[in-house]
Amino acid sequence: MASSSSSSDQQSFVTEKPQEEAYEEKHVHEVYQQIASHFSSTRYKAWPVVKRFLTELTPGAIGLDVGCGNGKCLPVNQNVFIVASDRSENLARIAANHQPHSVIVADILNLPHPDSFFDFAISIAVIHHLSTPDRRIQAIREILRALKPATVEAPGGKVLLYVWALEQKTSRRGWDKGDQQDVMVPWVMTSNPPKNAPSDQPKVFHRYYHLYEANELERDITKAGGRVLESGYEKDNWWAIATR
Amino acid sequence: MKLITANFLTCAVKGCKASPASFPLHFRDAELELQELDFQPDFIRNIVPRIDWHALQIMANELGFPKILDKKPEGDELKDEQILKELHRLLLETHINEGKLTCGNCGHEYLIKEGIANFLLPSHLV
Repeated sequence: MASSSSSSDQQSFVTEKPQEEAYEEKHVHEVYQQIASHFSSTRYKAWPVVKRFLTELTPGAIGLDVGCGNGKCLPVNQNVFIVASDRSENLARIAANHQPHSVIVADILNLPHPDSFFDFAISIAVIHHLSTPDRRIQAIREILRALKPATVEAPGGKVLLYVWALEQKTSRRGWDKGDQQDVMVPWVMTSNPPKNAPSDQPKVFHRYYHLYEANELERDITKAGGRVLESGYEKDNWWAIATR
Repeated sequence: MKLITANFLTCAVKGCKASPASFPLHFRDAELELQELDFQPDFIRNIVPRIDWHALQIMANELGFPKILDKKPEGDELKDEQILKELHRLLLETHINEGKLTCGNCGHEYLIKEGIANFLLPSHLV
């Protein structure tokens, strides 16, 4: 598939991009475009909290998966309909294979979805890629905007947010409380050369991450105008379920 | 892109969302394809209540489909397998492979390429 032609027409703008946006373009978006296929081959399964959240939804619920990556959360529940989106067209194309859902290319800060409509949303390992506190809060606000508000008869739509934790002493990376929160994380792309061929040097890409500290996700949700219903820690990540 | 998706999309430009003209988006130069999918009557029955019927009528009409039901099916109509099958075909099996989605408010065009619609905005619209 000729996916390399992807976003060239999107990048030919005359106007200068704001600095943070240009930074994320280079240190997040371009990297995912490059590593999409290799990244995807290493991500097969939704995490337990994500699985539970999606499994408990009412059949027929309509929701969003913002920053869906390769779509690894999409197979969990086929009785709901998910409009998944990713900023990387190459990842969106990989995610598009999961039925009955649908995938588009979109930016988390400017989602093409109506206000106050959706029953649920997930955004898994996404908002930690935004490079300022203000942009992370805006991203949460943008998802909350699309959720159905609560009424007298029914609770409002819920979002599950999931971010990488600073506190992950036992992980391969070994970060912990007190460490630098804004980091560049290498992605090592090894190729599988045919037998007898000289092996290539592995290619290394660096992605920007903001590592969340304890309670920071809940704080950002509150600043975005949301209400935290439940939150916790799961294998090197902080998560929270919130509503408007 | 499945036709049902367009029922949950509007213009990505913030200023457009308050305008009724931004929903539904309008298909232009659409190239359609039928992609078969297993028929799950319960799935259709469950999602129909969440469909904006008026928007679906507009889109079906713009894409040149024969007239769809005047009113959203409900109650016993949702037990009618023929109705459910037709909806399955229209909502889930009808794909837009190439074309554009246009905002009726600002006129911005979003391209659909190889079945994927792209809503990234040029920086002057962000």
